[in-house]
Amino acid sequence: MAALEIIGLEKTYSVGFWRKRSKHALRPLHLAVEEGEIFGFLGPNGAGKTTTLKLLMGLVFPTSGSARILGFEWTDPKVKAQIGFLPEQPYFYDYLTARELLAYYAQLSGVPAKERRRRVDAVLHRVGLPDVGGVQLRKFSKGMLQRVGIAQAILHNPRIVFFDEPMSGLDPMGRREVRDLMEQLKHEGKTVFFSTHVLSDAEALCDRVAIIHQGELRGIGVVADLTSNVHGKVEVVWQGTRVPSSLKALEAECHVTGDTVRAVLPEENQDAAIDALRREHLRLISLIPVRASLEDYFVQKLAPREKVEGVTV
Amino acid sequence: MNARVIHIASNTFREAVRDRVLYNLIAFALLLSGAAILVGQISIEIEKLVVINLGLTAVSLFGVVIAIFIGIGLVSKEIDRRTLYTVLSRPVRRWEFIVGKFLGLAGTLVVNTFFMAMGVFGALLYLAHHFHKADAWVLVALYFIILQFLIICALALLFSSFSSPLLSAVFAFALFVIGSFAEDLRGFATMAQGGSRWLATGAAYLVPNFSALNVISSVAHEQPIPGHLILYNTLYAALYTAMAVCGAVLIFEHRNLK
Ligand SMILES: Nc1ncnc2c1ncn2[C@@H]1O[C@H](COP(=O)(O)OP(=O)(O)OP(=O)(O)O)[C@@H](O)[C@H]1O
Ligand SMILES: [Mg+2]
Repeated sequence: MAALEIIGLEKTYSVGFWRKRSKHALRPLHLAVEEGEIFGFLGPNGAGKTTTLKLLMGLVFPTSGSARILGFEWTDPKVKAQIGFLPEQPYFYDYLTARELLAYYAQLSGVPAKERRRRVDAVLHRVGLPDVGGVQLRKFSKGMLQRVGIAQAILHNPRIVFFDEPMSGLDPMGRREVRDLMEQLKHEGKTVFFSTHVLSDAEALCDRVAIIHQGELRGIGVVADLTSNVHGKVEVVWQGTRVPSSLKALEAECHVTGDTVRAVLPEENQDAAIDALRREHLRLISLIPVRASLEDYFVQKLAPREKVEGVTV
Repeated sequence: MNARVIHIASNTFREAVRDRVLYNLIAFALLLSGAAILVGQISIEIEKLVVINLGLTAVSLFGVVIAIFIGIGLVSKEIDRRTLYTVLSRPVRRWEFIVGKFLGLAGTLVVNTFFMAMGVFGALLYLAHHFHKADAWVLVALYFIILQFLIICALALLFSSFSSPLLSAVFAFALFVIGSFAEDLRGFATMAQGGSRWLATGAAYLVPNFSALNVISSVAHEQPIPGHLILYNTLYAALYTAMAVCGAVLIFEHRNLK
């Protein structure tokens, strides 16, 4: 069963005071996320990531379309107890202490009274805030609030979590901890759906990613698949500072550094290039296929539609 | 009752207490004790009349100001600060949120009124050294004042579910003032002619009838309050409040959060 199924969800805002224009924050989106997956939802600023999450949480209403979460209609209150949500730049009742806030949310999520204390303490520990449970939230730093945000999202032991930019505002240690936490959640059999524009995080964590841009889905798939077929190029390195003239004809881009030369050329020309090096008695050091990073794929997908073919990365 | 509504209500109450709303009681106590001491030095005959009039009017005004100023922010503040996101993504229905918020504010006002009422009775005791049977009518007047607060709270909540806090405050306060002259308005309406008569009558009956809920001066003159008025006012306030809260729920149910 798909943990999340988005069926043509669409959101159009009307903007402008005098002359109303419609702003397509999200074009009809179709997407399915399997249970137990870590799914990355990528896109540049203003792509529609937050809009999608707000629609899924029932905070704004779609222009059209629907979604199913864990097999239930997404508006069904029953499913809400199984969902954890971390909003973008979370903000909480600042007159409460962290522990009071979490206890309140545990009540609202229907955590049994005798379990509440234990859960709250455990989750504070898990997000690295074991000592500040009694401090009022108005005295928290941005990164601490982000941690509280993560704590409240996993507090009630949900089956699926939605994180909107979970790493934002965190220090390097914090980012690492959150990455580990998401992996633990996956090991516990939970589904993790998170938005980000930090591609290295997505590359390190995600089973699959989707890329949206201007409210439109531009690509979806397993990270390794997405990145392998972008280039079809190889990198050849040899000793010396000399570049055989015949390489020019093979579309090689050469860079001389110290006493080695590095050349990137199309895969189909690799044999010819090696022959050329042999003829000139140059010592080959390495030959490896260039694996595109997710960033390359991302940049390619973000290019305007008509130009995609001609892109060189 | 629904547990989530109660949790939301008690959190609303906790917010009011932590925001030091109850500090208004200090101002009230100072005002009242000052007045009692001052009046006590003037005359024996009218002092009770003055203390009841002044005390209950102060109770009512303090409460209305609190009801409006908390009421208008009840929902809009949570939308603006986005504290609602992590509440509504839980198994909380939107109507539960509105009703919980309303009950929380109503509870705050009842507690606040309780302390102010103790002040009024304290002042009466200070002047007369013992209570009269007629002083029990003061309790009825306080009950009516609380009914007014409920209506005001619900109206502030209703306005704030579709307009800005400032406008909501203006609307709510205007309705409080107009509603205090509701009986007079109804009188004027009968004098109007033709089409405007219907309009005036409609408007006069639409505004909350706070004049029927204001029995301060008759209580001050130790006049008894008829039982049917208590019944009628209770039903009226319950109905008016319920309709305003329902209106707020209906609007909020369809609202896109920021
Ligand atoms: N309430 C609104 N009214 C009008 N337009 C809106 C509204 N909310 C969002 N938008 C528009 O919808 C688009 C998508 O916004 P969204 O917040 O979903 O982007 P995002 O992908 O989360 O970006 P970021 O990475 O910056 O968080 C933006 O162009 C934004 O201007
Ligand atoms: Mg966003």
